Amino acid sequence: MDARLVAAMEVVIGVPVVLVGYIWGSEWLVAVLSARWRRVVRPWLWLAPALGFLGFFLIYPTVLTVIRSLQGKDSLHPKFVGLTNYRWFFTNSDALGALLNNVLWLVFFTGFTVGMGLLVAVLVDRVRFESLAKSIIFLPLAISMVAASVIWKFMYDYKPAGTAQTGTLNALIGSVGLGPVGWLQSPGFRLSTFALIAVMVWMWTGFAMVIISAALKGIDPGLLEAARMDGANEWEVFRKITLPLLGPTLTVVSTTMVITSLKTFDIVYTLTNGNYSTDVVANLMVKEMFTFGDFGRASAVAVILLLAILPIMGFNIRKFRSQESMS
Amino acid sequence: MATVALKDVTKVFPDGTIAVDNVNLDVGDGEFMVLLGPSGCGKSTVLRMVAGLEDPTSGAIVLDGELANDLAPRDRKIAMVFQDFALYPHMTVGDNIGFPLRLSGVDAEPRSERVADVASALGIGDVLGRRPSQLSGGQRQRVAMGRAIVRRPGLFLMDEPLSNLDSGLRAELRAEISGLTRELGVTTLYVTHDQAEALTMADRVAIMRRGVLQDVGTPTQVYGRPATLYVAAFLGAPRMNLLEAQVYVHLDRHIALHMGEQTLYLPWNDIRARAVAHYHGERIVVGMRAEALVPVPVDTEGDVLRGRIRYLEHHGHESLAFLDIGAYAVIVDDIGGTPPEVAGPRGLRRFGNLVKRVAGRGGEQELVGASVAGHNGRGGNGKPGPGGRNSEGVFSDPGRHHRRPAELAVRLAPYPAVGSGHPLAVSVRMEALHFFDDRGQRIDVGWR
Repeated sequence: MDARLVAAMEVVIGVPVVLVGYIWGSEWLVAVLSARWRRVVRPWLWLAPALGFLGFFLIYPTVLTVIRSLQGKDSLHPKFVGLTNYRWFFTNSDALGALLNNVLWLVFFTGFTVGMGLLVAVLVDRVRFESLAKSIIFLPLAISMVAASVIWKFMYDYKPAGTAQTGTLNALIGSVGLGPVGWLQSPGFRLSTFALIAVMVWMWTGFAMVIISAALKGIDPGLLEAARMDGANEWEVFRKITLPLLGPTLTVVSTTMVITSLKTFDIVYTLTNGNYSTDVVANLMVKEMFTFGDFGRASAVAVILLLAILPIMGFNIRKFRSQESMS
Repeated sequence: MATVALKDVTKVFPDGTIAVDNVNLDVGDGEFMVLLGPSGCGKSTVLRMVAGLEDPTSGAIVLDGELANDLAPRDRKIAMVFQDFALYPHMTVGDNIGFPLRLSGVDAEPRSERVADVASALGIGDVLGRRPSQLSGGQRQRVAMGRAIVRRPGLFLMDEPLSNLDSGLRAELRAEISGLTRELGVTTLYVTHDQAEALTMADRVAIMRRGVLQDVGTPTQVYGRPATLYVAAFLGAPRMNLLEAQVYVHLDRHIALHMGEQTLYLPWNDIRARAVAHYHGERIVVGMRAEALVPVPVDTEGDVLRGRIRYLEHHGHESLAFLDIGAYAVIVDDIGGTPPEVAGPRGLRRFGNLVKRVAGRGGEQELVGASVAGHNGRGGNGKPGPGGRNSEGVFSDPGRHHRRPAELAVRLAPYPAVGSGHPLAVSVRMEALHFFDDRGQRIDVGWR
């Protein structure tokens, strides 16, 4: 019999058997114990599989990465090198450039995505074709990052001045006598980074919009009416009632976007691969690892990225908890 | 400070529902007007149109003598108290009350002064720093009131402001609100489905049903001389007894009102006799409240109805006896709490006001509810309601099995020494009877 078929059968039968076996076995163990121990042991038995997976697939590699980041380039006989890899990161101009780009991503990607999402959600709330408009704006999120990159590669395409411009944007500005602009080939003012940010904003605005729109629907319309009766114009209603009530949702969406921006990789990798001053930390890590084979530096970059994300994660979780306890 | 006038106001919702049907209403300066009706009768829609939160489909909203149809809510100098209070959850109590002042650009210092004044007047001075979610229902209600009065509006709109509170608190706040508005001298339009609120608080009551204004008047007027059968049935507890009666005129002597086996005689010198005499040979509705009926010894002569007690209800301070006198009841649906009795075997349409219909009377009949609280025999200026072509009247067809025997509610002393099946006679105060024609319009002399 085909080996793959055997493997599939093993999984189909084996996984439930292991699962049921574990539950049965742990309950048997609990039954044997005295009543006092039972209370202590049972939750841990139930948690154990999850903790096991988490430990094996998350904690263990993280610890290994931290250790590896303190070792040299050679992967066969790694030598302890202390903080050399970190020193490299914070002194190398390319690495610092990548870090600066990540900061630009963090500020502008988050700002534009949440801002546009809020704007669209509020505007679309007042029109009849709301669900259609929302679907269209949400659509880019369903496209894979690489496909989106291909689309925007065409949009941003650049041919030397004087030749036919096949890129949509250059054709557009060319038709009014401007350009052509090398959108993805302009390190000055980090224009190309902004071009990349625009692609991600295009993709993620729909996500922010959907979440904010749902929160918007949850606001009691009576409150808005009360504000109007109290003498507020539409802007004041939005500014003083709607926006504060959306606050918790905006925080959650923003932190999610911040994390997304810090993890940015695919768009950069596929559109410019970090050239023309567009490199970001995640792409730098991949380059160090697979292009230069320097596992030490790559691990150090990974650890830095993780440390950057951790406080935001913590903030997000705290926010989420306080919101849960409020309702 | 402000007057309100509605002129031929109609509101049709996009789904075709006629929420408000050709309503005319005037509210005088400083008047406390209560809009009363069962849920879904359009009273809140009227209020929202006055507030500017809804646009009338046709007709005019006039505030202080000026057409206000196109004014934004904030330009109408109106304060509104909502049923669920609509307090801003992200602001403290003080900020909630001060919000209208903040919007109108009052500086922080005089603002907090005025907020503190209002709050202490309402007895919530010590909770200004709290959030609405930390307040009790009564406190929230007071905060909503405070937010409404803080900027000294000319007109108060209140949309069932007490219906979310428990009954003890409701009675307390009832007195508080009417005292407050009178003290401030502010014109008030108050919406409620609770007739006790309406009768105790109002200068005048406007009773609505299915978008149509049924009756407007002082509580005494609408209770004492209800303009339509519906108003008669809606107001009062226990509900007014409504009986079918066959009219027979004995010229210059009396008018006999045959109710089943028994007859009451309206003396010829009663001023209403002439009006009732027009219905010679026809059926009308005779209404009598429990207070018009006095138990008497069984052998008493005169205006007396006799019957047997079907059942008793003990209310502590009194007992109600429900008397079967062999007459037929007229059922009015839509009076809040009582579901429409019968939709009829032939599929009588529910949206007719009165479930029963007249035998053999044709298409000239109009819905009771579809006619504006009218004058005798006219009421035809109302547009026919959605069921207008369904000529429904007040009475049941004879012989239809859902014709219901009347149970006459009579007040007795608490816990009387009588039980079900016991015979009882009640003397009827003839001057306290109400007469309604087959379309539910009051039969009376002149207009009050």
